[in-house]
Amino acid sequence: METLEQIKNRAELAARGTKIDIVVNPGPSQQSSLLIDNEHAVAVAQFLRDHPALRFDYCSNATGVDWLDRVIKKTIKVKTIVDGVEKEVDQTTEERIPGYLEAVYHLYSMKHKHGPLIIRMRTANRTDGARLPSLTPIWRSAELQEREIFDLYGIHFEGHPDLRRILMWDEFVDHPMRKDYREPDDYEWEPTPHDDVLEKAKQHYTPRPQLDGAENITASQ
Amino acid sequence: MSATIQTLEPAERPPTTMTSRLDGELLEVSMGPQHPSTHGVFRMNVALEGEIVRKLKPVFGYLHRNHEKIGENATYLSSMPYTDRLDYFCSMTNNWAYALSVEKLAGIEVPERAEYLRVILAELTRLQNHASLLGFLLSDMGAWGTPLMYAFRERENILDLFESLSGSRMMCDYMRFGGCRVDADDAWLGRAKKIVDLFPKFLDEFEELILQNEIVIARTQNVGKLSAELAINAGITGPMLRACGVNYDVRKVDGYGIYPRFKFRIPLGDHGDTYDRLMMRALEMHESVEILKQALAQIQPGPVVNPKVKLRAFRPPAGEAYGRIEGPKGELGFYLISDGGPNPYRYRVRPPSFINLTVLEDLCLGHTVADVMVILGSVDIVMGEVDR
Repeated sequence: METLEQIKNRAELAARGTKIDIVVNPGPSQQSSLLIDNEHAVAVAQFLRDHPALRFDYCSNATGVDWLDRVIKKTIKVKTIVDGVEKEVDQTTEERIPGYLEAVYHLYSMKHKHGPLIIRMRTANRTDGARLPSLTPIWRSAELQEREIFDLYGIHFEGHPDLRRILMWDEFVDHPMRKDYREPDDYEWEPTPHDDVLEKAKQHYTPRPQLDGAENITASQ
Repeated sequence: MSATIQTLEPAERPPTTMTSRLDGELLEVSMGPQHPSTHGVFRMNVALEGEIVRKLKPVFGYLHRNHEKIGENATYLSSMPYTDRLDYFCSMTNNWAYALSVEKLAGIEVPERAEYLRVILAELTRLQNHASLLGFLLSDMGAWGTPLMYAFRERENILDLFESLSGSRMMCDYMRFGGCRVDADDAWLGRAKKIVDLFPKFLDEFEELILQNEIVIARTQNVGKLSAELAINAGITGPMLRACGVNYDVRKVDGYGIYPRFKFRIPLGDHGDTYDRLMMRALEMHESVEILKQALAQIQPGPVVNPKVKLRAFRPPAGEAYGRIEGPKGELGFYLISDGGPNPYRYRVRPPSFINLTVLEDLCLGHTVADVMVILGSVDIVMGEVDR
């Protein structure tokens, strides 16, 4: 397989106006990825699938990742003048990175038996900009996986043929895999609430009297 | 039998809506989630015209146990028993896939004897999984459990081996990052060799009874044909993909572990129908026996654990890794993102059963309701893996 730089150059030539970055993977696995921008993602994906040297025809894995607002502290040594003497001092810079949701795709080629090529797409933010183009028209294996990302992370995939919840039930609200997900405390489906579950349940409705006296069980303080 | 059933060509099929058409209503049937043949809690909403399937929408999530969220809140090692419960038939291969991904993430080496043990256990798992699948499929077709018990007789021998080695029949929790949990002694290897030597005789008898049975042939040939292009595009892996004639087996492509040392063939199918998928499993069992014979002959004494790996305070460096193996159901992969802490930042299972269900509707359209069960059985799903 060609190097990431070569693939990036080819893709930028093929899909005019696109901007692709290389996200370096610091760990030992050496699986760095390409960050593709959202408007040209479908064109880039089509190029990756159809170009004869690459032929990434098999999308193995499509997953979502949630990144909250982060502050990255970088400490660098800077030469400054302190008390008239030039010294090297540690200067800490803080960089605020706003949070976003990410979709990561692992691509392999069944024709040429190479891979993996990892591509990423990032949303604008975690609230109203949580939209990404769907790559299901290019790789059908993304169909159920993008539904799962929508269900668990809340990324709305534009162009997906059938975007609805897949693992949670249809009336469920919120998206469970997000880092700031808080589970609801009205366990209306809990048949015999007791202890602290009962305390939380009492705030929302009066539990029906149980035959075994479970509602008399209180959490020991 | 099949001459009287009229199946419409794709161009003639009506638009797939669940509402009524001019010359008859579509009958909506919910097959499952409580069903003896859906391989777990799995539901299919089918819209039928008479007996022909016009639309099929699978519904899953009944066994969703938020395994991935638990993985984010648990340390790397404590996720290992959870991986047993993904595809609960094949806990050894699930463990291996996870251990492989963490080893890729952290750059850990595995000693040679541990690699041999991993191969031996993975191929034993493949044997019992494929045998059980053939048995379950015949039960779904109405053979009332006898072929299943033939398969389970062999499966119990293999599970006895797992139990004496790892302490548990099915939820083995045996692999560790950098090796295996406990070593196998020569007595165990001798028992494994005896089982492997007797397996071809069982395979011959089983194949003759099942795969040359005229009812099986009539019910599975030309049913649920999958084309190679659709299979590749839909991300189908495992025996279902190879039944369409695509030569892609992760053991040969990636060459993970010590698989390049073994001589084995990859069976491929011609038609991509259900019968080919059954034949794939039978032929792969023969190839697994070949691998096992070579591995049991080549294994040497040595350590089974990498002593440099910390078990308790295990913190892989920041980064991400995707590791995959050829599980019995398909390509099982784990995608891990580490932020340098004791818990993974993102823990993702790439489940082969889930993705192999992408094409279930395409396979079943135009066939009868009875064929739906046969097709579903040949996809080989386990709900623990589909829903996680």
